[in-house]
Formats: sequence, C-alpha cells, structure tokens
Amino acid sequence: MAYHSIVCVKQVPDTANITGQAMKDDGTVNRAALPTVFNPEDLNALEAALELRARFGGTVTVLTMGPLNACEVLRECLYRGADRAILINDRRAAGSDTLATSYILSQAVKKIGEYDFVFCGRQAIDGDTAQVGPQMAEKLGIHQITYFEQIVDLDGKTARLRRNVGNGWEVLQARLPVLLTVIDTANEPRPSGARKIMRYKRARVVDEVAKDVTAGMPEAGEKAQMEERTRRVEALKADGLLMEHWTMDDLQADMAWCGVSGSPTKVHRIQSIVLKKEGFSEIPPTEEGVKRMIHELIVDHTLG
Amino acid sequence: MANFFNDNEDIQFLFEHMNLAEVAAAQEDNFTRTAGAGNEYAPCDAADAIDNYRRIMTIVGDVAGNHIAPRAEEVDLEGNTLNEDGTVRLSEGVAKNLKVLAQADLMGFTLPREYGGLNCPNLIYTMAIEIISRADASLMNLFGLQGVAETIYAFASDEIKKEYLPKFAVDGSTGAMALTEPDAGSDLQAVGLRAWQDTDGQWRLTGVKRFITNGCGDILLTLARSEPEIKDGRGLSLFLCERGPRIRVRHLEHKLGIHGSPTCELVYDDTPAKLIGERQRGLITYVMSLMNGARVGIAGQSLGIAEAAYRVARQYAHTRKQFGMAIERLPAVAELLVDMKVAIEAARALTYETSRICDLENNNLRVMEFNKPTDPEELKERRANSRTWKRLNGMLTPMSKYYASEMSVRVTNEALQVLGGSGYMTDYPVERYLRDARITTIYEGTSQLQVVAAVRGVCSGAFEKYVIDFEQINYDNPELQSLKQQLVEGRELVLKGIAFIKQQGAEYMDLAGRKLVDAAILVLVGHLFLQQAVANERKARVAHRFINVNMPTLRRDIELVCSGDVSATQQFDTIAGPPPSGF
Repeated sequence: MAYHSIVCVKQVPDTANITGQAMKDDGTVNRAALPTVFNPEDLNALEAALELRARFGGTVTVLTMGPLNACEVLRECLYRGADRAILINDRRAAGSDTLATSYILSQAVKKIGEYDFVFCGRQAIDGDTAQVGPQMAEKLGIHQITYFEQIVDLDGKTARLRRNVGNGWEVLQARLPVLLTVIDTANEPRPSGARKIMRYKRARVVDEVAKDVTAGMPEAGEKAQMEERTRRVEALKADGLLMEHWTMDDLQADMAWCGVSGSPTKVHRIQSIVLKKEGFSEIPPTEEGVKRMIHELIVDHTLG
Repeated sequence: MANFFNDNEDIQFLFEHMNLAEVAAAQEDNFTRTAGAGNEYAPCDAADAIDNYRRIMTIVGDVAGNHIAPRAEEVDLEGNTLNEDGTVRLSEGVAKNLKVLAQADLMGFTLPREYGGLNCPNLIYTMAIEIISRADASLMNLFGLQGVAETIYAFASDEIKKEYLPKFAVDGSTGAMALTEPDAGSDLQAVGLRAWQDTDGQWRLTGVKRFITNGCGDILLTLARSEPEIKDGRGLSLFLCERGPRIRVRHLEHKLGIHGSPTCELVYDDTPAKLIGERQRGLITYVMSLMNGARVGIAGQSLGIAEAAYRVARQYAHTRKQFGMAIERLPAVAELLVDMKVAIEAARALTYETSRICDLENNNLRVMEFNKPTDPEELKERRANSRTWKRLNGMLTPMSKYYASEMSVRVTNEALQVLGGSGYMTDYPVERYLRDARITTIYEGTSQLQVVAAVRGVCSGAFEKYVIDFEQINYDNPELQSLKQQLVEGRELVLKGIAFIKQQGAEYMDLAGRKLVDAAILVLVGHLFLQQAVANERKARVAHRFINVNMPTLRRDIELVCSGDVSATQQFDTIAGPPPSGF
C-alpha cells in the first residue's frame, strides 16, 4: 500500500557560519546578513519521507513558507527526489511567529488534501522552538509523534513508530494521518542526485521567472516582458519544471491569524552574553585532585 | 560541512583554467543532441555543461567530505569478510558508501544519458576519482571500476548494453575486471582460464582468477582463452558474467592497505557467460583500451591519497610547536612541505592534461565510429588528430600513472616524516595513507612497465612534437620566458639522450628508460606549470621552484643515460652474487 507524505522544510540562516550583524536591534534574526542553508533536521524529515516512499511507494510533496529565495530549498528537495514542491509566499505572511506559521502551513496541508504523513524537522536552527510541528498537528486535529526515529510497522491505517526519549526509546502506535517531527539520529540524509540536479536546476516558480525576465531584458517594454514571461512559464510547465506558488488567498487563510497580526510572540529582552576565559586550574591526576575538583563543581552549581 | 571539491584551491584553479568548454563541446557533439532518452538533462551549451560539471563535482565533494571520509578509519580497521558459501560480506562502511554513491547518481559517471549516465568527460571523472580517493582510497577501487561499464558500452552488442548499463548507472551495481591469474600477472598473454561452448552454444567459463579487485561484484568482465590452439594474446576473448552460485570467492587477500577494497580469488565452475564484441579481440583490443582508462584512474587515486596526507602533515606542522616555534618554520620541515605541495600539483597538472587529451581522442573516435563526417576536409582533419592524440596518449597515460603513483608513495612517506613519532602511530591517519599509497606503483601495471610503455613514446617523436608546440608560446613576463629557455635546454638534452639510446638497442632502452622518462616528464610538467603561471602569481613561484630544483636532476639523468653504463645487466651475476640460500 502506498503512502502520501508531506514534508515541511525551511530555509534558515547558517548559524554555524555567523558573519556580520546576525541580530537586528529588536532581537530578531537579521536574515539578510547571513548565508542560508537547508535546516538540518528538515533534511532528516525529507529523508524519512523518501525512505518511506522507497519501501511502500507513494508520493513526497514538499512545502516551504518563506521569501522567493526559499525556492532554493525546494529545488534541493527535487534534487533528492521529491515529487512536488510548493512555495507559500505572500507579503501578508511576513513576520509570522510559530503560531501564525503553523496556521498557514496547516491550511496548506488541508489544501493538498490527501495525505498519510506529515514530516517536519524537530526544530529549526534559527529559532530553536520546536513548536511549529506540534502546533500544526493540533490545528489539523491529527496525532503527533515528536522525536521520531524509525517506522516499526505500517498496516495502511495505523503506524507503529519509534521515538527517541533521550535516554532510550519508546514505540507508539498512531492512527493515520499522523504528524512526525524527525531528529538527526533518524537517518543519514542522502546527497543530491547528479541526474536530478541537472534536470531540476531550471525549476522555478512564476515570480522567479518574472524576476529573471525583468533582470534579463530591462530595456524591453512591459508587454514584451509579459510575453516573454508567459512563454517561459509555459515552457517550464511543459517540461514539468514549474513549481507551485501559493498565496494566502489560495489557502483561504483568515488574515487575522497570519503575519504580524496573527503573531502574539514579542521579544521581551535581549541579552548579549560574552563568555570570557579566565585562566585555568590544573587538577593533579590523583584521587584527591579529582575529589577536590568535584567538590568545587558542586559548590559553583556546575554539578548537582 | 566539509566539501573536498570546494576546499581544494588547486582543483578549483584547474577547473577554471583548463579549457573545459572545448572538452564539453567534444563530449556533447557541439550540443547538437536534443532528442532521445535521458536528454531532459542534456546541457544546451558549453556554459550549461560546465555549470553541470561544477554542480556534479560539488556533490562529489560533499559525499567525499561528509559521508565517506568519516568512515574511512573504520573501513580500514574492519575490512571485508569471506562467508563460508563463497560470497563476501562488505564492511558496513563500504556498503553505506556504495549506497550513497548510487543515491548521488555517481555510478554511471561517464556513461551516456540514454543508459542513465551523466555523460561526463574523463577529465571530470579523474577529478572525482581524486576527491573520492582523498576521502577513502579503498573506495576508489569500487568507484573507479566504471571502466567496466565503459568497456561494455564501447564494445558489447546493443542487447547487452541495454540490459547491463542501467544496472550500473541506476541500480548501483558494481563491476569487476577479472584479468589476472596465478601465472598471468603483468604477462596477460599467459591467461589460461578456459572459455568453451556447450551443446546449446552457451559460453561457459572454467578456471581460476587471482587478485581480482571487487571480484565479489555484481557484473564481471572476464578474460578467457576461447581458442585453445592459439597460445598468445590472440587466443583470448572477453566475457560478461553475473555473480551467482557458479562463481565462488575462494580466498580474500590480506593486504598492506586499501582494506575496504575486496581482493578476491575466484573459482569459475562452468559459469555461463556472454561474449563481449568479437572473439580473439579480448586482450589485444578491449582490455588494452580498458587498461589505459584504468591507469589514468590510478593516477587520480594517487593524487587523492597524497592530497590527504599533505593536508594532515601541513596541519600538524602548523600547530606542533618545538624549540619555541611551529615546526613548519624549521627549514628542513618547510622544505619537505613545499616539495610535497609542488609534487602534488605537478602530478595533478600532468594527470589532468592526460585526461583532457584522452577526452579529445575518445570523442573523436566515437564520432568516427558512429557519425563519420561526410566533408572530406573534416574527415582528413579528424584522421590526423586521431593519429596525433593516439600517439600522445600512448606516452602520457603511462607517464601519468608512473609519475603520480611514485609521487604518492614519496609524499605520503614524507608526510609521515613530518609527523615524526606521531605519524608512525595509528592515532593519525598518515600511516594508513602510506599503506594505501603503496599499491599504486604496483597495480594496473607496475612503474617498471609504465616506463617501458612511456619510453617508446618518448623515443618515437611524440615527446618532441608535443614539446615543440609548447615552446612556440611566448610569455610577456621575462621571468617565465627565461624559465622557458631552461626547458628548451632540457628538451635538447632529452633529445641527446634519445639519440644515444637509439644507438644502443632495445635492451639499453629498457635499462636507461626510467631516467629518460623522468627527464622528459620534467620538461613536460615545466611547460604545464608555465601555462598556469600566466594566470596566477603563486603558480609562477611554483613553476620557478619546480624548474630550478629539477633541472640539475634532469642534467644528471641525461648524463647517466649517455654514459652507456650496463653494469646492472652485464655484471648482474658478479655484483648480485648467488641467490641467497636458506631463505
């Protein structure tokens, strides 16, 4: 029996390579100043969906909400074997916190309609909240299993799944559809496939085509640009290279739940902590030395 | 995230400065192919093709750095295991590596797109081999066996191609070339494994093969004697057979290095097989072609191992403090490191140039075979090019294999020296690199055999013609121009050596061959470095050091060549004495 999966992915600032002014004055991330990467655990989520498809058949649809640049992660998904890629991009969605984001994504999942699994990375490395997946499950009214590692058993209606609980694991049973948040120990995400990269490097959403046309033929009039744009979009469609682009209207979203107005989260206070190294102490490798060190660590509350 | 392509400045430099547009145009028939299976990912022009190459190499760099390299130590320690039923269990790391290479679509690297391949030129494949080998040299022996698929593509029937090529490119099957036997190593004409036809006309193979890399693979090309009455190479044909109960692995070799690569002794028990191409052409045409590609592959492998060793040595020398300073500032260590770096870049220049010319030759042959031009002028030009490139490759391929592999053994050895006592310990990977490098001067033809092949190219005029072309280049920079003058002197000396050798006869050619080939390579690489130096100031310093350090060696080599000394053969019994007893 085949299963249909939806994978939610996010383009995030590469926090492993911080450069420039990483944080804005209001304490939010300055995305423009940072190089972007595919959120690492979302790659685990995608891999889990691709492995599921390889074992049982079905489809893998990927979904991302973000600026036009986020199409890069959608293409990355196509390079790894996703069947369908959808960008959710709308100025009215800008400034969404986890509550608004989970609302918008759950509306998109409803629009896709038929699905058995929603895979999310456990958390994104920019906000580290781990809230979007669970909030989506609540809004969709389906079961959620967080810290997912492995499928134990599947019978078409229910799934038995292993989740990591930190110092061990437990096996849970859930009715389908189910939402899983995937952690990095679940699998080894595959690299991009060379054949797919050569094919899908040309995949675009309509707005990207428009941008390319404007940049490529700035002298041409509006009419000529429109014609060129239509021609390119039709060509992409014919080659199966046009990615979908959904707006809030496509999702029939209640605007009160979206963007800044739908986001109750406010940054309360920002603290810049600079860790200073203040000398070092040498511990003699004796019973006495170790005892003294442990005592010191307990006194300054590092231990206990 | 490590990326072994993006972090390698010299490979990046060559990627930018070698004429990839010309190579891509030859590989893609000037971008005229549009219809047909697999062409939804065909490039539309040179820029598109080069963009594809860069993207493919970025995947290779990612796979090497993030998937393969972290498992290399474990693969080396664990090795592979022979099961009782004559099958082989690959170490877990090797199995995972093969899976990830297949996921990345890298196992049909040079095959045409219609079979699921990437249709990459040999030059890009050589870069990939180098990068994979830097991560784990032993994996290259599996990744680098794509020549098996290339041979099937070049010589087998359409039916066999359609059945087997997608298995390599899409399903991740691995191959092996089963050539050598206990009594047929360097001398493949002595192959004795029997090929015979049963009453239904089915070919069957009976006998033993030894030292077969990945002999436990899925698809084996086997050299066998189909004409029992013909005792030499003309009695041999090439056969394809699949892994199954009628091929048993009798023994897995215990080796000094490349532990991840299973080296098998195979027993063929009337194994059913399919003939590749025509009878009797197995060795003289098909295997010879396969061996040439494989030799360039070993040169790439040698480069990768040396690169890995150099990086550890440099890192160590930079951080290790003795006598109050980083040891890379000690003159003796500094010189070791600089010589290692220059040696790697020298071998890389020669190997990549060889790959580039292989691409021009192979693509020209392909056009002549499948799409012969009707224009008499073009036909004439293609025929002339074909002859030139064939002669040139006949010299450059063995030169690259010889030069890069000897370099690899030397550089890994010196890297261990830089680490001192720590390098001798298994805590650092350098001892593994040295063990892995050691095979490169031996398999796919020993250094001694490469020299025999190369010296004939040097003496046949291929060297002179090639170098004279380089000498026509005039450099604006007076320093480069004066370095070129030294190379002109070098070429004249080599020609003097050739003239002397020719008077002495074939045996002397084999005796003095190595010195003559060494001298010729120095001149060639010197010119390649000068071309690089035009684009890059650092490369000007590299060229300067390479030529100045090596010219005295060249003069000495030619002096020895022209001395006519034959004591090693003429007085062998006297000097070597009787063979040791009680050994």
